[in-house]
Amino acid sequence: MQLSNDVFIIGTGESKYGELWERSLREISVEAGLKAIESSGVRTKDLDAIYMGNSLSGMISGQENIGALMSDYAGIADEDVPTLRIEASTASGAAAVYEAYLSIKSGEYDLVMVGGVEKMTELYGNEMIDISSSILDREWEAFFGGTPAAMAALSARKYMKDYGVGKDVLAAISVNDHKNASMNPIAHFSNIITMDQAMNSTPVAEPLNLMDCAPQSDGASSIILASEKFMKQEKKEGVKIAGSGISQEYFALHSRDSLYSMKSTVNASRKALQKANVTLDDISFAEIHDSFSIYGVMALEDIGFAGRGKAKDLVFSEIGLKGKIPINPSGGLKAKGFPYGASGVGQFVEGYLQLMGKAGKRQVENAEYGLLHSVAGTGSTSIVHILGGE
Amino acid sequence: MGELSRMWRETDHRYRMVGEKCGNCGKLYFPPRDICPVCHRDSIDKMQDIEMSGKGEVISFTIVHDVPPAFTRQRPYILAMIKLDDGPTMTGQIVDTQPSDIEIGTRVRSVFRKISEDGHSGVIHYGYKFVRDV
Ligand SMILES: [Zn+2]
Repeated sequence: MQLSNDVFIIGTGESKYGELWERSLREISVEAGLKAIESSGVRTKDLDAIYMGNSLSGMISGQENIGALMSDYAGIADEDVPTLRIEASTASGAAAVYEAYLSIKSGEYDLVMVGGVEKMTELYGNEMIDISSSILDREWEAFFGGTPAAMAALSARKYMKDYGVGKDVLAAISVNDHKNASMNPIAHFSNIITMDQAMNSTPVAEPLNLMDCAPQSDGASSIILASEKFMKQEKKEGVKIAGSGISQEYFALHSRDSLYSMKSTVNASRKALQKANVTLDDISFAEIHDSFSIYGVMALEDIGFAGRGKAKDLVFSEIGLKGKIPINPSGGLKAKGFPYGASGVGQFVEGYLQLMGKAGKRQVENAEYGLLHSVAGTGSTSIVHILGGE
Repeated sequence: MGELSRMWRETDHRYRMVGEKCGNCGKLYFPPRDICPVCHRDSIDKMQDIEMSGKGEVISFTIVHDVPPAFTRQRPYILAMIKLDDGPTMTGQIVDTQPSDIEIGTRVRSVFRKISEDGHSGVIHYGYKFVRDV
């Protein structure tokens, strides 16, 4: 029998997302990894490799080289399992999955673990604003006072002006996230919020306020990927990674053609859909990178769920779990939480649970295909994956 | 994030707003870059320093309330995306004005100012900011 080089997710695990002051980087990472191992029924020593997504551990915890650290504390220092850290700022997790996926696709490996971890609550006060600004152009954006929220705010104001859209369109993304997160036991936030609360919270970078901004979360997510050969031999069930697309754009926002369209997202989604041989009509739900509410709105248009300036026709009625296109059933970056290097892997955990029918109260009915979207910085890199299918 | 050699290196570009002109296609860039993204290898060794006029218009702006430590004393400040008359678009603060006097389309010009203070080392960074051009 001829085997394909398809890649499957056969197990997942996550730590709680949130403010985990009493727990260390290595503890939460190992917790997620071991849960994924348990869920897939494989043994850590049988792994061919581990890829770790992480963005800021060097600046936050003074700890680099965390690939080796994690495999050691997962108890496999003596098992000869190569472990590398993959960094692409806020898309580090998705980038780690991408590399792991290619390693199996190439025929080199059959069983690979991907972990994503970030510990973001180690530092006090506004120190984290400076550190998180390292995802921007340090010399030409952050140097002049640019912060991630400020850059997103520049996109938001221009978008609202050009399309004559109110802030309620942005707020609807956050409201939806919180609603879904209230049904996700590992989410950072379990509270629902009203439109009024979302619209009128403390200003961060006008027109964005606190409820437009994903929180700083600690958290770790992990998945196990396997080749079709391994699946058949070991009689495993899983979810197929049907397509994968990654794309790049100008690094700084000021170098781009548009303040509210990420070319990297447009290209990455087109490539991923093509490779999966599906269209957006086939997609049952999407996990999108809404580190700021405006980025959620932009993603809906860049991926193509809505036309330009038309996200407003979706966000109030069609992005809920029973809507035309359920968005962020996990709770998204705003409410499930936003541990930079973990969130991209976390989207795969949600995708797996949804497509296996194991998502509990937040289950999307008849889910067949899921689209996962992760972004680095203000859009310099986008990574899109399609899950599902035979 | 005060790192002296890095800041020193960019001094000319920040103090006088010196960008780059591609000698192959003629396009202007700011911040400076060594390769033209249109011409690729045909632009190698053909990028020439060129000083920007510093005049332009606001294409978007925000009032930043959550600020990094080096900007604490300026909180809140206006950060804007400025489209220069020369062509390039850049990121910078608008000062000496009320946020209510700024809108998309407002004309601005650059001025030389203190940008930030590093609390730990006491290093002060200088560069351009923008004021309304009335
Ligand atoms: Zn050129």
